[in-house]
Amino acid sequence: MDLITELTILALAAFVGFEVISKVPNSLHTPLMSATNAIHGIVLLGGILVIGEADGLLSKVLLVIAIAFGTINVVGGFLVTDRMLEMFKVRPKPNKDA
Amino acid sequence: MPLPLASFVTDANFIQILYIVAFVLFIVGMRQVTGPKTARRGNATAAVGMAIAVIATLLTPAVGDYALIALGILLGTVVGVPAARKVQMTQMPQMVAMFNGVGGGAVALISWAEYRHSLDVGTGNPPLDTLIPILFAAIIGSVSFWGSNIAFGKLQDLIPQKPISVPGQQILNAVLLVVAIGAAVAIALGQESPGLFILILVAAAGLGNMVVLPIGGADMPVVISLLNALTGLSAAAAGIALNNVALIVGGIIVGASGTILTNLMAVAMNRSIPNIVAGGFGGGGGGGGGGDDGEERPHRSTDAASVAFALIQADQVVVAPGYGLAVAQAQHTVRELGDELEKRGVEVKYAIHPVAGRMPGHMNVLLAEADVSYDALKEMDEINPEFETTNVTLVIGANDVTNPAARDVEDSPIYGMPILDVDKSEAVVVFKRSMGTGFAGIDNPLFYEENTEMLLGDAKSSVQEVLAAVKEL
Repeated sequence: MDLITELTILALAAFVGFEVISKVPNSLHTPLMSATNAIHGIVLLGGILVIGEADGLLSKVLLVIAIAFGTINVVGGFLVTDRMLEMFKVRPKPNKDA
Repeated sequence: MPLPLASFVTDANFIQILYIVAFVLFIVGMRQVTGPKTARRGNATAAVGMAIAVIATLLTPAVGDYALIALGILLGTVVGVPAARKVQMTQMPQMVAMFNGVGGGAVALISWAEYRHSLDVGTGNPPLDTLIPILFAAIIGSVSFWGSNIAFGKLQDLIPQKPISVPGQQILNAVLLVVAIGAAVAIALGQESPGLFILILVAAAGLGNMVVLPIGGADMPVVISLLNALTGLSAAAAGIALNNVALIVGGIIVGASGTILTNLMAVAMNRSIPNIVAGGFGGGGGGGGGGDDGEERPHRSTDAASVAFALIQADQVVVAPGYGLAVAQAQHTVRELGDELEKRGVEVKYAIHPVAGRMPGHMNVLLAEADVSYDALKEMDEINPEFETTNVTLVIGANDVTNPAARDVEDSPIYGMPILDVDKSEAVVVFKRSMGTGFAGIDNPLFYEENTEMLLGDAKSSVQEVLAAVKEL
């Protein structure tokens, strides 16, 4: 893919990013930050793409660590966001005793 | 004859289509996270998108060394899953900082390995449209990794929350920045040097440490959000270097949305991002509003039984919770108290300041964990007009966000910060450990108002005593 196409995609996706969260209740700022945090763990893909061509022990070690870091970012990020959001149940008014 | 299916799934166009499906799921997921009813589904949607993007990448024919990939993913899972499962809700902010940091670290490591690769294959530096994004990703990724580590350390109390500064801080930062950028420019101009690249990473690491160290604990949420946006940007840069559209889109969406979120948080705290990064008021730093006026001003103390009596006579009670409530793990007891009062026909509402807790929305998470209904949680703008018709307001472990000085005293360091107008209610009871100053180190005139009574002691046991007293009445 040529640079101009990539920059076009970059610019358009940036606007999607701006627009998608224009109206967010304060209460959801932390979960939203946490969810977007998980999404940038997509850098994991970079490690996967590069490791095959890596030569030399150092590069391989660097990339295994990078893949591990990216995985922590993705898996941990989505799980922790889920734990936060699990608690946002809109319950009916409590009217039962005890 | 090759299996038709096998050749189909490894086709470049098919992989791109999977990426597009992943983007759609990211965007739909993020939209859903912005609404309370759909938020959890949204997070799951985005996670499915991520899984599709990973699978698509694994199908790419050029990918090799599956054993090492599996090793990396296994290591990451073994570390990440238990960390996310076990973390306490009060420690959520530092967990987000940590997850953000490793993302930045991954970007920096990948750019380093990619640069080494291009030198190894003997073609020298890669073309500029690859090289510049690599250099950018290296600097930002390294800043983000180290900055996030410091933020984690501060929130986890491994490093003092107070701003830490060394003499000549600004000059040192400027030197580190010049070294990082200078080395990057030298490489871009044609130097082929793995050593210079390492120098970039090290200088950027120093910068990440030095920029976050002087920032006080109170500003940390904004810093984490800023670093989150930076990690997104660096991932997008890595995407341009690697010609991978999934990285570009995923990274820049976070970069863009993270910038807005950072700004929203800064506005809620009446802080500007440049001011925060320049270091300053976060941890008190002595300065104008310090609370040591020599002697203590008179305040009125109360006891649990009196508070309970006032509560059951009220028509409306508002609870204004702060981080102190979270630290004392009092959220469940508060909810029980609320339920008990509602049984007696008292309307109970929770006033949530945008930055209550350690991050915007942190308090909502904590209260939701204690099964407080989402409907009872009122945001600042919604609840402020209601204080005048509120009989009793319970301020539990909150301080600076209820400080009327932010509204009335022009030379107060927090002047202009939006606050909960708790002082306008008929009576205020402040649950507080001692008469000390809050997170920002600023005295709170609320404590000395005529309609304010102090219930000093551990927030959880105080609330428990009030609850017991209410049950007896």
